[in-house]
Amino acid sequence: MTAVTRAVRAWLDRPLLATVTVTGLLLATAFGVSYVPRSIVLFMLFQASIFTLYLARMPAWVKGVLTAGTLGVLMPVLGSINAYYLEIAIQVGIFAALALGLNIVVGLAGLLDLGYVAFFAVGAYSWAIVGSPQANLIFGGSAFPLPPWWFFVFLFVAVAVAAGAGILLGLPVLRLHGDYLAIVTLGFGEVIRVLANNLDKPINFTNGPKGITPISRPPIFFEPLLRALGVDAGPVAIYPLYLYFLVLLIVGATILVNRRLENSHIGRAWEAIREDQTAAQAMGVPLVRMKLLAFACGASFAGAVGVLFAAKQVFINPESFTFMESIGVLAMIILGGMGSIPGAILGAAVVTVLNLQVLKGLSLWLNELRNAGVSIFGFNLADLPTQLEPAKYERMVFGLILVLMMIFRPQGILPAKRRVRELEDG
Amino acid sequence: MAPLLEARAITKRFGGLTALNEVNFQLDEGHIASIIGPNGAGKTTFFNVFTGIYVPEAGTVSFRGQALLGRRPDEITALGICRTFQNIRLFGNMTAIENVLVGMHARVGLAFWEVLARSSRWRIREQALWDKGAELLGVVGLRDKANELARNLPYGDQRRLELGRALGSAPALLLLDEPTAGMTQGEARSLMELLRRLTGERGLTILLIEHNMRVVMEVSDWVTVLDYGEKIAEGRPADVQKNPAWSRRISAGSAGHPPRGVRAAEADIMLEVRDLHVYYGEIHALKGVSFSVAEGRSSRC
Repeated sequence: MTAVTRAVRAWLDRPLLATVTVTGLLLATAFGVSYVPRSIVLFMLFQASIFTLYLARMPAWVKGVLTAGTLGVLMPVLGSINAYYLEIAIQVGIFAALALGLNIVVGLAGLLDLGYVAFFAVGAYSWAIVGSPQANLIFGGSAFPLPPWWFFVFLFVAVAVAAGAGILLGLPVLRLHGDYLAIVTLGFGEVIRVLANNLDKPINFTNGPKGITPISRPPIFFEPLLRALGVDAGPVAIYPLYLYFLVLLIVGATILVNRRLENSHIGRAWEAIREDQTAAQAMGVPLVRMKLLAFACGASFAGAVGVLFAAKQVFINPESFTFMESIGVLAMIILGGMGSIPGAILGAAVVTVLNLQVLKGLSLWLNELRNAGVSIFGFNLADLPTQLEPAKYERMVFGLILVLMMIFRPQGILPAKRRVRELEDG
Repeated sequence: MAPLLEARAITKRFGGLTALNEVNFQLDEGHIASIIGPNGAGKTTFFNVFTGIYVPEAGTVSFRGQALLGRRPDEITALGICRTFQNIRLFGNMTAIENVLVGMHARVGLAFWEVLARSSRWRIREQALWDKGAELLGVVGLRDKANELARNLPYGDQRRLELGRALGSAPALLLLDEPTAGMTQGEARSLMELLRRLTGERGLTILLIEHNMRVVMEVSDWVTVLDYGEKIAEGRPADVQKNPAWSRRISAGSAGHPPRGVRAAEADIMLEVRDLHVYYGEIHALKGVSFSVAEGRSSRC
């Protein structure tokens, strides 16, 4: 195995060779997907070649062009051939932004947060309530839903509201760390979900378990432009692409903010708190302020994607914000590598693809075999119990991967690298 | 001239144990002072009171005329007192220079939005921080190890990195908790030379906790002896050495060594190692080491 990785590494370390290989891989797999749009294997090969693009060593501008081409052109084209792939890409994006937010709190500042999805819920509900007729039940009249362009305003409102919720959670847990902190944050996550579930009485804020629908989507403000270009597409065709690019924008922004914070005195203070908070404070790091800042920053990303999630789903209810979601996002950053930005994104991609494609694909395949009455070694697959369906074992497979990961590669797939900085001779 | 640091009647209790009992202490600017005493005498507790980690039951501490009690450790660091720890507490998974940069946190003076916007002020300030960090690493002799993880540094380097990190906060008063512990005599001596240079060139004031008597007597301008939370003697090193209370404590502390060169009988061997080889990857760290430790004897490596 190591010999193979070493050979691949050596191959990708030569810039020209790497550029040609990666471009070839991307185009070949993309062509394959367009030719056999239903093949899950081909689409996963396409995803794998995006990963080799990340690994390859080549000039920064070449990498930039290839990334932009892949995510900006190839992916949307494949998405218009098979809409489900775009759905997967959007989900990966949403979870990548969530994982990047949690990465600040857990990976950098070392504050184990098991209720992270609460901030996602806060963001989603803040748009859902005013972006649907729901708010009329609270304020009376018929001013709601707000016009769709308010969606963009609420991206920022949700950032502020979620950051506020982050500080609210941060205040009582400042004195706690380790296990105690984890338990309190877990409780906080549940409190938010239970509130969402029960705040339909006495005033109907959240419509309880029935959820809120229909939630406004962002306006297609570029419609005149499309018409001028002669593109005649209805909202059904436009929205998936539109949301995809919005997610791409949000993920791009979160990466930018993450990197800037990480490579500054703020990021270093967070890491110092993670390593030894007593020593950090003795060196002049204000613990309270820095911890609250970590909670607020982490939460704000979740708030922004929450708004997008609400708009994408059109319908939300408390079921989307369970404890398992928090654990899922945490698993993504553990899988990818704590404190590592590429790790968080890769973790989000791996987990989402595993859930939405691999296991579902296996279930479908098994069902087809069952229906066709194929027999293996004299055993008729039609006799298999219907409970045996890989998609139902999602959590088990997932748990198994995490256990194996902790044993064989506890630092994650792409562990955080220390930045080595050339110092001037002094 | 008013003393730089002044503590009056400090009392600190842990349950029934009185760690410090009405201790008075003062330290003049530009001096190197030492606190000595047996283990458990309350030396580190004294440091923890100065740096805001413990709040004493009674007493006052003032630094340049400002009251310190009730301030948080990071506020005290910002005022100009910084410390090292007895059991090294570096940020292990950060590089040496990043450790020093964390030490500078209180002196950064950049707003959150400037970091997000990467303003030109941020750029200039960040570069200045790194330059300053490299310079401080040079001061403690770790310039060429700037990019190594703190936890991978050898013990003596870790001690010096702690000193460098503390210097990062540009302190007026440096509190060093057993800085030469675990160092060889030569390393300890070069560290003391460094401390003397720091007081001379940078006008630092240094307070040491130290067990190494040779170091203490050589470097200190002033020595304070603590025992069971009480100050039992203080003065110039030469005067303290003559003080009967001090010599009584110190002589009681050193037990006689067992006679050397006594060959252990085979039957007395408690621990025996034969032909031990240890490899770290390709490094052959131990090459066929054999030794034995006999009951009732002390052995040295």
